[in-house]
Amino acid sequence: MSTLFLIQFLNGLQLGVLLFLLAAGLTLVFGIMDFVNLAHGSLYMIGAFICASLTFWTGSFVWGVLLAIPIVAVIGFFFEKLIVRHLYESNHLDHVLATFGIILIADTLVQLSWGPQGIAIPLPDYLSGQVEILPDIIFPTFRLVIISSGLLIAAGLYWLITYTRLGMLIRAGASNRTMVSALGVDISTLFAGVFALGAVLAGIAGMLIAPITEATIGMGNDIIITAFVVIIVGGIGSMKGAFIAAILIGIIDTLGRSFLKDILEVFMESASAATAGPALSSMLIYIIMAIVLALRPQGLFPPKVR
Amino acid sequence: MSEVLLQVEGLKKSFGGVVATDDVALDVRLDEIHAIIGPNGAGKTTLITQLFGEQLPDAGHVFFKGNDITRLALHKRASIGLARSFQITSVFMDFSVLDNVALAVQAHEGHSFKFWKAATTEFLLRENAMKALAQVGLDGRASNMASELSHGERRQLEIAMALATNPVFLLLDEPMAGMGAEESALMVKLLKGLKKDRAILLVEHDMNAVFELADRISVLVYGKLIATGTPDEIRNNSEVREAYLGEA
Amino acid sequence: MSVQEVPKNLKPHLQAPSLFGFGQGKLVTILIMALLFMLPMIAWWMGNKFYLDFSVRIICLAIAAVSLNLILGFGGLVSFGHAAFIGIGAYAVGIPAYHGYESAWLHFPLAVGLAGLFALVTGAISLRTKGVYFIMITMAFAQMAYYFFLSLEEYGGDDGMTLWSRSDFGLINISDGLTFFLLCYSVLAICIYLTFRIVNSRFGMVLRGCNSNEPRMKALGYNTYLYRLTAYVISGAMCGLAGALIANLQDFITADTMTWTRSGELMFMVILGGAGSIFGPVFGAVAFLLIEEVLSAFTIYWALPFGILLILSVLFIKGGVNGLILRGWKS
Repeated sequence: MSTLFLIQFLNGLQLGVLLFLLAAGLTLVFGIMDFVNLAHGSLYMIGAFICASLTFWTGSFVWGVLLAIPIVAVIGFFFEKLIVRHLYESNHLDHVLATFGIILIADTLVQLSWGPQGIAIPLPDYLSGQVEILPDIIFPTFRLVIISSGLLIAAGLYWLITYTRLGMLIRAGASNRTMVSALGVDISTLFAGVFALGAVLAGIAGMLIAPITEATIGMGNDIIITAFVVIIVGGIGSMKGAFIAAILIGIIDTLGRSFLKDILEVFMESASAATAGPALSSMLIYIIMAIVLALRPQGLFPPKVR
Repeated sequence: MSEVLLQVEGLKKSFGGVVATDDVALDVRLDEIHAIIGPNGAGKTTLITQLFGEQLPDAGHVFFKGNDITRLALHKRASIGLARSFQITSVFMDFSVLDNVALAVQAHEGHSFKFWKAATTEFLLRENAMKALAQVGLDGRASNMASELSHGERRQLEIAMALATNPVFLLLDEPMAGMGAEESALMVKLLKGLKKDRAILLVEHDMNAVFELADRISVLVYGKLIATGTPDEIRNNSEVREAYLGEA
Repeated sequence: MSVQEVPKNLKPHLQAPSLFGFGQGKLVTILIMALLFMLPMIAWWMGNKFYLDFSVRIICLAIAAVSLNLILGFGGLVSFGHAAFIGIGAYAVGIPAYHGYESAWLHFPLAVGLAGLFALVTGAISLRTKGVYFIMITMAFAQMAYYFFLSLEEYGGDDGMTLWSRSDFGLINISDGLTFFLLCYSVLAICIYLTFRIVNSRFGMVLRGCNSNEPRMKALGYNTYLYRLTAYVISGAMCGLAGALIANLQDFITADTMTWTRSGELMFMVILGGAGSIFGPVFGAVAFLLIEEVLSAFTIYWALPFGILLILSVLFIKGGVNGLILRGWKS
């Protein structure tokens, strides 16, 4: 039981860091540009598909990821320049409608380019095995890679935002746009850059998960809602909130799915537990969201008022 | 002297260490315009939010017609005859002028969980709204959209919305804010006609308007009332001149 | 814009959304509603089940769009989870039927009641928030409902469940295509008229006032939260009714009808048709499903031009198809 718990805990952590990669971009773009991007999940999907093609082309997953990152950045950059930028002045309703249109377009373009089937990404041998993390506890190497690269990226983001000039501009931009303009910074390039950064983070999440789940059309459409739950719980616009909420939601969701049924069996007969378990665990994170909202409508770590 | 409608006694409010309202006592009588003036940061806004129950005082009482209303719920104030206009113009831009006032009328006629009968066919709703508009001289613009009004007209509309419930006590929070000389003059004329059968508390920066309109003036400095009297008394009060008018 | 321009009369009157629109717009409205009535009749007369079902599908989704328009168009609440109410309405037919209870007098009240209850609970939480929060939270709650029904293995899980016979009304038999069409058309007409009455009532004035300037409504003494919640519940319940009809139309119920992309499509219909006009959502539903049908006949990649259309309509069209028609006539 405790072995299984540890393994599921790590699985939850893995989901958590993926959610963070998605939520970070969402919260960054919202915090700075006040823009709601439903199509963020499409960047996650596109990252996975481009990485798949490049992995086959170069014969190496690592090269696939490294080459796919700049491509996704460029896509994000032009996505902002061509479409998103014309929507900053509109209201949130227009944002969600237009980015909903982008999802339709992205899904179809991916289908046109890669066909309707999912694509599995092969891992090199040194990543596809398992390691013994504690005596008698083995865990897939690649999942550990996901966790550690996710945490590394989170640390990198923290450094970027706290210590660099770009980070300073991002923090200033979130609280005061005119001030950033007054500093003589080209705000439109800053916005496009931030958007591209968000796209890369989402793309990396897609690339990391694809070897486990395959790259599939519409793969971003489900997880994006979970990422929304993360930023709602964490407080929209807050990077710290996104990180803590992502890890929390990832672990709670995973543990709920594995153990809720067993826990319920303690209280009720197993037939009802077998029905109630999956039903309740699938709703768990939304119930948590509802509770957080009921207590703190602005989320756990609301950013400072702009 | 006519009947005292609103009476304030020993009102106190502080935020942290800052005393915003310091033992304020004042009264507003029927058929008069009582103006409150004071330099920026004197605590005028804090004072009137306490009069209207938007903030609760730390100590002291507000009486209306002899009843203690210090802690009376916001939405109950309208039904006993209190109304206010706001410092910042805030009307329903995509509603017609008449509809703006109708919403105000409707707000004070109990709940609006009435789903079936068309509001357009309610004769009294329309009549009461038109009456309020006529009082501020906007009846000719009733069918226009609020977005089509000039700034001055929107301020008039604000006052019509406050008048919509036919209040006995009216608080006007800087009605001349942002107005040109011509518009201000019109507003002064309008306000003069409103004081009959009611009490008006006026908070205003435009000194010309205040001294022309007010029957009595109270001067608020750093949360304290330093003087109350007729315009002439205030004009000649040395303490006021020093604390306030001297600055200008 | 929630209030259409009214021809100025000599005597000022309260302005309100009109039922059919004004001038030429009125003609178009009546024409489209007549076509929506005539074409299915012709299809039925010619024995063309496909076009009859297609028309009924338009009508059912139009009911859902009309319900969404009440809060989105008139109330200004961007609810991105309306498909959940369709799903709840559908399962309120499917699950009792699975257990052998086939009476429509159970199914339809249950659909309306449960959808209304779900709206009450989720609305009570989501309406405490504003703007983007509200959009995302309605989305998340809809996704919660989706996963809930997906997890019910007993009722088909992700395979969906078949409805072996349509709801039993006793007096009338809706297994017959024409009768079912007439039922749906009447429900649509009733829902439109209901919306019309509501937005013109005192309640509707308040709802539109909250859309226009919520802080001012609060200052006037309105409890805006309660009014909005009430509208949200009415809207959800009405949409649940659409769900019950859709279940009967498809004879098949799946959680896929409540994914958030479905909610997006509903919103698109409302915007396409012109949010805040009484008949707008009906035009939107007709236009949306027609375009989808035509495009998908040409290409399996129909979503591509559709997405482009959506972006273009956001960037360039204000007031939806309805507004476009009206402006076309005016110019």
